[in-house]
Amino acid sequence: MPVSKLISMNEAIERYVLNGSSVAMSTFMEQMIIYSAAHEIIRQRRKNLTLIGPISDLLFDQMIGAGCVSEVKAAWVGNVMMGSAYQFRRAVEEAVPNKIKMTDYSNLTMALALHAGALGVPFLPTLSTLGSDLLKENESLKEFDSPVSDEKLVAVEAIIPDVAILPVQRCDETGNAHLWGSLGVSIDAAKASKIVILVAEEIVPPELISSDPGRTLIQGFQVSAVVHEPWACHPSPMQGYYNRDDSYFSEYHKETKTRDDFENWLGKWVYGVENREHYMSLLGEEKIKSLKIKKSALSVPVDYGI
Amino acid sequence: MAVEKKYRLRELMICAAAREISDGDIVFVGMRLPLIAFVLAKKVYAPNAVGLFENGIIRSTPSPSLIYTMGDTPNLIGATHTGEMLTVMAYLQQGKVSVGFLGGAEVDRYGNLNSTTVKSGDNEIRLPGSGGACDIASLAKKVLIIMSHEKDRFVKKVNYITSPGYGDGGEWRKSAGLRRGGPAAVISTKGIFDFSPDGLMQVRSIHPGLTANEVQDATGFDLPMPNEVAETQPPSEEELKVIREYDPAGFWTGWNSKKRGD
Repeated sequence: MPVSKLISMNEAIERYVLNGSSVAMSTFMEQMIIYSAAHEIIRQRRKNLTLIGPISDLLFDQMIGAGCVSEVKAAWVGNVMMGSAYQFRRAVEEAVPNKIKMTDYSNLTMALALHAGALGVPFLPTLSTLGSDLLKENESLKEFDSPVSDEKLVAVEAIIPDVAILPVQRCDETGNAHLWGSLGVSIDAAKASKIVILVAEEIVPPELISSDPGRTLIQGFQVSAVVHEPWACHPSPMQGYYNRDDSYFSEYHKETKTRDDFENWLGKWVYGVENREHYMSLLGEEKIKSLKIKKSALSVPVDYGI
Repeated sequence: MAVEKKYRLRELMICAAAREISDGDIVFVGMRLPLIAFVLAKKVYAPNAVGLFENGIIRSTPSPSLIYTMGDTPNLIGATHTGEMLTVMAYLQQGKVSVGFLGGAEVDRYGNLNSTTVKSGDNEIRLPGSGGACDIASLAKKVLIIMSHEKDRFVKKVNYITSPGYGDGGEWRKSAGLRRGGPAAVISTKGIFDFSPDGLMQVRSIHPGLTANEVQDATGFDLPMPNEVAETQPPSEEELKVIREYDPAGFWTGWNSKKRGD
């Protein structure tokens, strides 16, 4: 029998996310953002993390504001619906709560950096960022002459994160995972990273996974830990399970404008919370009900018969 | 503006953007106003346009209800494909994307855009960054810029080139190694602008109710004006109907709210 990798979020973070780790998170873009893991990292007071991801919505903002982060490699850090993210701005502009190094990528160059890591090559070429200041300032982007044609290219250096923390809709206890919907750069992040922690909405039998192998986008042998934690991505959506909590994003924008306000927010929603179950009880039944998927949209099964 | 208008400025900008989409175009759809421009184009001008979203979604129909981010669950309902970012970025890099939309905090006379960092006196203000903007500016066949028109946003030289336009003009894109593209038009809160063969921004039309002087005064560089300045075509009833049906509360357009407005 394969050995189960199921552990609690608390244990997964304690064991695998260390001070100074580089961590790929929120690799799906605006959906399936793993807020529960971010909050546990904050509670465990990790320091000097390097955060890696194309667009994080508010997750990077919260971790930066909590003082967990010393470096960010990203294409976009902000509140997708509302604009600026205040903790990110305060860290870059005023070194509050601490100074961070920001390395700017574009979405494509971030995707290629992780793809290079996934393919096990030191870099991949692109035609993007030529002539931009991203190319000038990001030391992992280097212009070179194509060895096979007469043109300029940009080499995007591979990123190999220490850890990737990825939410999935369902997986078995060894980490073979089914995902559907928009995936951003998550599959490459899983392939590129040294340690992969999956956070599953549902744990299912291996037979269910192998009934539809085309949907198994993350392999168990890549995975170090599996955490079973429903609603781990609130307030971002998870296709097939819950919708986006839009009001959270506008309220957070108002509630975290000053440093004091942010600290109050952190006390209420992170430090004052034991775990995801406790968080969900604070969110309240009415809210949960309003966000739950109301109308299923099932795909037609495919036939793998012989 | 003495006459009360029947539409919001943002609605006019959405219409101007939608009219730039041709039938059959492959469109890199951005959020905010371009999102609605794609919906409007699909319903009125370009029924066969295909929308690419950089999180990995491809749609040939508009999403069934309003979305605030491209990752919202309704954006997958009726999609023709959902998958990885590199799938849609591959089409962009190959040169298959007809049009992409960009915004920014600053644009200069050569259509270079900054959405990374701006100066305010001695201080730097950090903005969210490129996202996919630099990729779209580098790789799309045609780029449309949508922005608020103010003197400190329409500047001589951007503080940081997040998304390259025509650089410093002439053959700059080619010598930088960019194979194609560049901004085709800027749709601002004051007018529509295009670019001379040298890559310099010039007036195409001015929005109803504004004068050429007002537009020049809100611009940090000299804007070449034709002798007779055209007026931007206002939204039609049909266009407004589509926009308002898609965004009934006016979240992105402000049409239904006194607070948000223009």
